[in-house]
This record gives sequence, structure tokens and C-alpha cells, in this order.
Amino acid sequence: MGARLDYLKRALLRLWRGIRQLSGDDAYERYLAHCAARHADATRLSRREFFLRQEQQKWGGIKRCC
Amino acid sequence: MKNKTLSALIWAGVALLGATALGGIALNRGESINALWFITAALCVYAIAYRFYAAWIASRILLVDPTRATPAERLDNGRDYVPTNRWIVFGHHFAAIAGPGPLIGPTLAAQFGYLPGTLWILVGAVLGGCVQDMVTLFFSTRRNGRSLGQMARDELGAIGGIAALVATLLIMIILIAVLGLVVVNAMKHSPWATSTVAATIPIAMLVGLYMRSIRPGRVLEGSLLGVILLLLAVAGGGWLDHQPGLREWFNHPGLPLAWCVIAYGFAAAILPVWLLLAPRDYLSTFMKLGTVILLALAIVWLQPDIKMPALTRFVDGSGPIFGGTLFPFVFITIACGAISGFHSLIASGTTPKLLSNERDIRMIGYGGMALESFVAIMAMIAATVLDPGVFFAINSPAGVVGKEAAAAVAKISSWGFPVTVEQMSLLAQQMGEATLFARTGGAPSLAVGMASIFGSAFGQGMLAMWYHFAIMFEAVFILTTLDAGTRVGRFMLQDVLGNIWPRLGETSWYPSVLLSSGMVVAAWGYFLYIGVIDPNGGVNILWPLFGIANQILAAIALCVATGILVKSGKLKYAWITALPLTWLVVITSSAVWEKLTSPDIRIGFLAAANDLASKLAAGALPPEKAAVAPQLIFNQRLDAVLAMFFACLLWLIVADMLRVCTRHLSGKPVPPLSEAPHHPTRLEEAWARD
Repeated sequence: MGARLDYLKRALLRLWRGIRQLSGDDAYERYLAHCAARHADATRLSRREFFLRQEQQKWGGIKRCC
Repeated sequence: MKNKTLSALIWAGVALLGATALGGIALNRGESINALWFITAALCVYAIAYRFYAAWIASRILLVDPTRATPAERLDNGRDYVPTNRWIVFGHHFAAIAGPGPLIGPTLAAQFGYLPGTLWILVGAVLGGCVQDMVTLFFSTRRNGRSLGQMARDELGAIGGIAALVATLLIMIILIAVLGLVVVNAMKHSPWATSTVAATIPIAMLVGLYMRSIRPGRVLEGSLLGVILLLLAVAGGGWLDHQPGLREWFNHPGLPLAWCVIAYGFAAAILPVWLLLAPRDYLSTFMKLGTVILLALAIVWLQPDIKMPALTRFVDGSGPIFGGTLFPFVFITIACGAISGFHSLIASGTTPKLLSNERDIRMIGYGGMALESFVAIMAMIAATVLDPGVFFAINSPAGVVGKEAAAAVAKISSWGFPVTVEQMSLLAQQMGEATLFARTGGAPSLAVGMASIFGSAFGQGMLAMWYHFAIMFEAVFILTTLDAGTRVGRFMLQDVLGNIWPRLGETSWYPSVLLSSGMVVAAWGYFLYIGVIDPNGGVNILWPLFGIANQILAAIALCVATGILVKSGKLKYAWITALPLTWLVVITSSAVWEKLTSPDIRIGFLAAANDLASKLAAGALPPEKAAVAPQLIFNQRLDAVLAMFFACLLWLIVADMLRVCTRHLSGKPVPPLSEAPHHPTRLEEAWARD
């Protein structure tokens, strides 16, 4: 029983992580992780700066279809 | 060995089930048929095509290589190039390609009966649309995520590049105009719908402010807030509709609403994206995915009967919603859902920068389009579960069936689709509307269909609420396409204008922003305006033009793909793209031909212009028609020129592709393949999948 509950919990957690990633909710955390992995010494954007820049960039091209 | 036999047996079972369901749909005459047959047939067709055709293309022709590093891995910058889990990429890709098109096209094409549209959606998708999306995604992935226009220039030459740019800009303008028209037709003289749609603007702004200033980047919180507010706006619209003074504020005919949509489009193009465009898109994506899932569940649970016949008399071209015979117009009317050129712009550029492995291309490219095609099948079901008489009463423009309810029902009943005034007024009352007549465009009849499906599944008491929920849902993402399209059109125009005077090309220089946004809005605003004043309902003119434009963009993508296949020495297999390309050339050319030369004034642009001109000269028009006649005549002639231009563009790019291919085959120099060199992937399997 415990194992099954545990499995369910992990599945729900994965779903939640998927939803966050799909919607871009965790984009800033992923950006920080990317910085930490690749450019340890570079300055990081603040959450707000990052979000605005990302939105600006997202809508620079064709992002939605008919 | 045992596993192999089992799998062969299972697939044979799927094939048999699919064939039975398809046969049932195709051969059924006279009696009603259950919607579950459609769902079964569609799922089996997609499953078999995905398992065999798509797998064969990926492994034998494209030679998808799982050991090769994708651009997302090689150019990873944490922003646009990011290796991403394939389900997440699938979600992004599907959210981007699925717009209002697959909901509207099948609804309009239902005037021919359920069969032609359904068959085209299935066959067109598995042999055309899915292949186009998959090969474009593959070729763009092999070229560092380059856009369709850049690939056309690199692989075919300057002509291809320019053709892609011009086609994209024009399709955008026609698309926005026709979508705007659909929204206007849903809102006219409906305070409930108008106030709900109007409320989506401040709601989006509030969400934008929340995500920017109050809780920066908290997308889910903001979207949840917005979705709750949107649902409240639907309920609030119902309350407002019963307030005698207040409701008049939102009770308008088509023309003022069209001006509002035009003003809105201009504002949305020049306002910062965080304020309106981005938050509206979050809301519309959530709404879209939620509603599509809800509709699928409701159809499976409820299993409604299809009431529309397999074929109607309108296959002869006399249809009230749009004029034109079954061939070629069913193939033009249903573009999105079967094959949509617009997808090639998403499949090149955005999606390839997220792929972590080439083996995901089949699932995302082919599978994503199959899912969109499934949405189109559901729209077809929602339109055909209505009584045919009701369907035609909602969708026939006043210019065809008459302005008075009695005249309209008499005319529609005389076609063999019985409907009564009482039935229509009861339905309008149930949906919380004053009238449902002449709401051409697909959104209202789809909303009635969805409301009746949802109503039977979740309780009849809420019919009016469901109807306005469906209208709000369609309006929200139609307006998102309108915002995003105007903005993209602005960038493209600035790109072109920048060649004339460099300052005009600066995307942040305000005078240039105002000028180029104004030009784009004026272009689609013109077609929207004409569509609203046209008594035959502009959908009859605009939707075929949009379909032609979209199919031509698809033809450009398939030309690029065919050219690349031939240049890579795969002439033997080039038919996988050349076959759908040939079909598109045949249908678009014959549609343009009909639109130019048909003597039927509901089909031929020139015939309509000449007919109106002679009536005007003879003084045979009533005064209100005579006042707008000169504009309508000019517009019909302009549409004729536009259709001819589309055809020339198509033939030009096909000729260019054939030129490059024959030069290559006869050993003459051609632009070299621009594929990026092979690098082995270093992404650990576990990391990429998790």
C-alpha cells in the first residue's frame, strides 16, 4: 500500500512539474540552473528582468497559428 | 517471435476496426449514425498512419539519427535553444499549431454533409498535413532551427525566399480579417457575448500586471486568477443582459463592433507585449486545452447521434454558407485540420530549438498534427449533431435566405431541412440570445453544438452559460491570433521597409512602429469592413481566400521539402512530399480558376462585380444596397486580383523548385544543401528523458 501511494505521489509530482514547465512557470529556476551549470561567474538577471526579456523574445516571431 | 505475432494481430485488429468504422460512416444512408463511429475511425487511421507510414518516413527516408546532437544541445543558451523533454515540446508545439482554424473550417464545410469533410480531414492529415509538419521540423532541425523563409532561400534561391515572405504576410492579413469577422458575427446584437468578450481585455491586462509587477513570472498563479475572472465574466454577462439600461451599452450592429475590433488590433500591436498579448495568450492556451479535452470527454460519454446527412444537395455548388462545388471547395474550406501551411512556420523556427533528440520528430511533427486533425473531427461532430435545419438557419447569411425569420425558415425548409420559427426562437431563448439567425462564420453554430453536447452531459439548466462560455472561448483565442498576427505582420513589414529606409526597420523606433502597425491593421481592417457591410456575409468571400492562401503556404513548404529530398539523392522517395504538393497545386489552381471565371455570382469574383455594376447602372438596387455597391464592386475586383496573384505565386515557386531539381539531376550546380555538420550527442539518455 505504501509503495503504491508513493508511486502515485511521484506521478502527481511529475505531472505538476510538467505543467509548470509547459506553462513557463519554472522558467526562471531553469535559467538559474543553466547559469550555475554553464556560466558560474556571470551576473544573473533578476526574476522580473528575466521574465520581461523572455516575453519580449517570445513574441518577436510567429508563435501562434490559425 | 511470439511478441511479433501478437503485435501483428493487434495491428490487424486496429486496421479492421478502422476500416469497419470508416465503411460505416461512408456507406450509411438515411439513418442517423453515432458520433462514436467518427472517433473510432479517426483514432484507428491516425494510429496506423503513425505506426507504419510515419515510422517508415522517419527511418527510411529522413534517416532520423538518435546519436546526432540537435541544435538545442549544441547551441543551448538557456533561453530559446533548450533541450526539453519530448512531452513538454509536444505540448508547446500543439498549443502553437492549434488555433481557431480547425474549429471553423469543418463547421463551414458541414454544408456539404458530414462525409466529404470527414474523409478529407483524415486523408489530408495522414498523407499531407502530418507529413508536411514532420519533414519541415526535421529539415529545420538539421539546419539549426532555421525558418521556412530562410530554408527556401538557402535551398531553392532568392525567389523561394521572397515567395515565402509575401505569402506569409498576405495569409496573415486575410486570416486576421476573416477571424475578426467571425467574432463580429458572434457579438452583433448580443450584449451577453459582447460584454464577455470586452471583459477579456481588462482581465488580460490585470493578469499582465500581476505577472509583471505583483508576482513576476508566476505564470500559473496569474493564469488561474485570469481563468476564474473569465468564468465570472461569462456569468456577469448573463446578469448584464437582464439589466435594461446597461445592456444597451453592449447591444450593437456589426459595423461599430468591427471598428472596435480594428481599434483593438491597433492598440494590441503597439502596446507592450506583457500588458495584453502575453497574458491573453496564457489564458487562451489554458482555455483551449481545457475546452478541447472537455469536448472530447463529453462526446465519448454522451455518444450523440449525427443528424446531418452524409451528403447534402449543396455539393452542386449552391450552398448558402459559401458558394462552390464539392471539388475543389471542400479542400479549400478545410485547410487547418487537414493540411495547414501555417504549421510549417511553427515547425521551423520555434519547435526545433527545443528538441533534445531527433527521434522525437515523429511524435511531435506527425503526432502533433494528428491531434489537431482530431480536433477538427470533433468540430465536425459538434456541427453535425445539430438539426440540419438549425445548422443552416444559424449559418446562412441574410442576403441568401432573407432578413425575416419567417422567410428564412421557409427557404431553408424548402431545401429539405425542416425548421420552424418557434424552434429557432426557443433555441435562441435557451442560449440567452435574441436571435440566432444569420450568425455566419461557424463560431455561433459550433457554440450551439458544444452547448447542447455539454448541456446533455452536465445538465440542461446551464445551456445559455455553456453557449456563452463557448463563444468567449473562441473569441479569446481568435483575438490572440489577431494580436499576434498583427504584431508579426508589423515585424515583417518593418523588415521590408528597412530595405528602403533603415530607420523604418528599427523595431523599437516609435514612429516606425506606429506606421507599420497602422499599415497592417488598415490592410486587414479593410477586408473586415467590407466583410461586415457585404449582405452575403463576408465569409463567403474571405474564407475561400484564406484557405487558398494557407494551402499555398503549405505548397511552398512542400516545395522546399521536395527540393531538399531530390538534392539529397532521394528522388525515388520524393513522392512523399510531391504527392500532397501535386494535390495542393490541383485544388488551389482549380479553386482560383473557379473564383475568376465562374459565371455564378456567388462563386466568381468578376461575375459578382459585373452583376452588381449592371444592377447599379440600371438602378435596380434598393437605396441601402446602392450606397455600398461601389465599394463591394471594387472589393470583388480586388479579390480577383489577389486570387490571381496567389496562383502566380504558387506556380512561380513550383517552377523554381522544378528548375532546381532538374539542374541537380542533370549535374548542373545548384545551391548546396545547408545541413549543419554531424556532432555526436552527449546528452545522457536519462537526463534527456526525465
